[in-house]
Amino acid sequence: MAQVTLDRVRKTYPNGFEAVQPCSVKIPDGELVVLVGPSGCGKSTLLRMIAGLEDITDGALSIGTDVVNDKDPADRNIAMVFQNYALYPHMSVAKNMGYGLKNRGASKAEIDAKVQEAARILNLGDYLDRRPSQLSGGQRQRVAMGRAIVRDPELFLFDEPLSNLDAKLRNQMRIEIRALQQRLGVTSVYVTHDQVEAMTMADRIIVLNAGRVEQIGTPTEIYEYPASTFVAGFMGAPPMNLLTAQIFEGALKLNEDTVLPITAPAGMGHKVLVGLRPEDVRLGGDGSVLFNVEIVEELGANRLLHGKLGGQDFSLSVGKDEAARTGVQPITLPVARVHFFDPDRGTRI
Amino acid sequence: MTDITETHVTSPAPSRSTKRIRWSQVFDHTILCTGAFFMLFPVLLVLMTTSFEDADIVRNGLQFGFEGQMLENFDAAMFEAAGFSKAITGTRMLMNSLILGFGFAIGKIVISMMAAYAIVYFRLRFATFAFWIIFTTLLLPLEVRILPSYEAIQSLGLANTYSGLIIPLIASATGTFFFRQFFRSIPEELVEAARIDGAGPIKFFIDILVPLSRTMIAAIFIIMFVYGWNQYLWPTLITTDEGMFTLVRGIKQIVQVLSQTGAMIPEYGKALALSLIAMIPPVLIVIFFQSWFVKGLTESDK
Ligand SMILES: Nc1ncnc2c1ncn2[C@@H]1O[C@H](COP(=O)(O)OP(=O)(O)O)[C@@H](O)[C@H]1O
Ligand SMILES: [Mg+2]
Repeated sequence: MAQVTLDRVRKTYPNGFEAVQPCSVKIPDGELVVLVGPSGCGKSTLLRMIAGLEDITDGALSIGTDVVNDKDPADRNIAMVFQNYALYPHMSVAKNMGYGLKNRGASKAEIDAKVQEAARILNLGDYLDRRPSQLSGGQRQRVAMGRAIVRDPELFLFDEPLSNLDAKLRNQMRIEIRALQQRLGVTSVYVTHDQVEAMTMADRIIVLNAGRVEQIGTPTEIYEYPASTFVAGFMGAPPMNLLTAQIFEGALKLNEDTVLPITAPAGMGHKVLVGLRPEDVRLGGDGSVLFNVEIVEELGANRLLHGKLGGQDFSLSVGKDEAARTGVQPITLPVARVHFFDPDRGTRI
Repeated sequence: MTDITETHVTSPAPSRSTKRIRWSQVFDHTILCTGAFFMLFPVLLVLMTTSFEDADIVRNGLQFGFEGQMLENFDAAMFEAAGFSKAITGTRMLMNSLILGFGFAIGKIVISMMAAYAIVYFRLRFATFAFWIIFTTLLLPLEVRILPSYEAIQSLGLANTYSGLIIPLIASATGTFFFRQFFRSIPEELVEAARIDGAGPIKFFIDILVPLSRTMIAAIFIIMFVYGWNQYLWPTLITTDEGMFTLVRGIKQIVQVLSQTGAMIPEYGKALALSLIAMIPPVLIVIFFQSWFVKGLTESDK
């Protein structure tokens, strides 16, 4: 177990593409950090640099106390779980899990013991003699986990490990992985594009956008205080409403008819982005703010109402017991839970 | 609008024991049997002819029916010394052919796997260029470059040796090409997982790549063995010593030699027996590796 430090780590691919801009992060010992962002934002690149599968263009990476920039993946004492599992198709489950140990020169008895132990933890005992092709997706995923565990690594790396599973299994494995990680207490970096996975699993989230770190924080921090419109829009489903408002004598105007009952932030120009979480907004009110509901989305536990507020797209979420209908209706905005963003740079004010 | 309702389809009761004749199946089998007959008939004819005396064969050509000469003819074919120098027997030729077939197939697989490994997995400066250079050798089979090859082998003192027989045949791109395509279809993550598991280049090759390629190896082995076995031109050129003759070239030599010895009748029965023997090993190889090949295809996945 070890803490991981990235000091201005940067990646430029040989074709000149800058996939990861200088990134400095300190991952405390035993934490699970989730790297989240849309497809192509450089998550895998960053993870693969930590693994040693990709050269680090600039900056220093340390695992524990050593700078490991020039170490081989096998010497970094890490284990990695891949999206497509990357199991060796011609080896049995037991051989798959033990291969790394065998290459390290561990004795047969030691390999056996460790494989048995991992199989017990992961409920794979009955499958040790099977080939990967004779297992279901979830079982293969477990074998991949087992291969990581038996090596007793200082650091687990996961690259979208649940993307190939169906939704139900994904939820189940998510909980299993989290529980296992907490039990073993191994520092972990987990890559995903799924904000639900990020929110539920992470001790700390790193939001990446186009190779740049947008925000680092606990799930609550990220959700309650998104540092930018990108984070606000990416984390949370449905995403945060972002309304463009004119500041007119201290009031926030969406258009001629709609004035938000919210005080404008001080020291702004004449425009600001107003962020409102759909679940913070309530139906009903004094009629000063009118929401034109066009579509009602039924989700079972709650309902989403989509429509227009002052001519701009707007959504809100109500509980399953509240009546929901289309048409114009009054709403109440949460004065205490309004987020303001700079309209030009998208940063939080 | 119509209501969506659940419908229950009752499947017809299974009709056992009333096997109806399916005409398409009869048709398929007719074609198969006809094809098999056309393929096997000449072989059968040759087999029957080997039971006749040489004099009969010279007079009447290929024969139907069985006479008593078959054992003698096969015995002579396998064990009787022949040729100008009486240095060659059928067993010796069979052994030479086997050495050529196995040596060629195994050599080819080893060399081309290693070449493909280098091209696909190592960041060589001119890897693509090297591959295309290798690839162009497909345009230059041995028959095209036979004189320079002969010169080279001759001046290396390898004429009338097994190395001289096998090595020039190995130099062609087919195997490299197939293995390259195959290696490129192996997922990148597998390579990376192996790297993290501490498998260096040699371990990765032996522990992962070779076992994964076993179906490919079996397929190429079949093709290459038969190709090597059937070689005629190159062995004719490079082996002048009768002790080095392979079956395929030796058969003709025997008939020729005997017919040139004047009064004697060419030993057709013996030659025909030899040609039958020459057919057996490739057939065995195909049968043996085919089952292996199919098993590999159905069991493994990448
Ligand atoms: N070998 C490479 N050469 C050049 N560009 C690459 C290479 N690998 C990835 N990229 C680019 O880098 C960006 C980040 O890739 P990646 O880290 O795989 O994204 P993701 O966040 O989806 O995992 C992408 O735009 C991708 O096109
Ligand atoms: Mg990725």
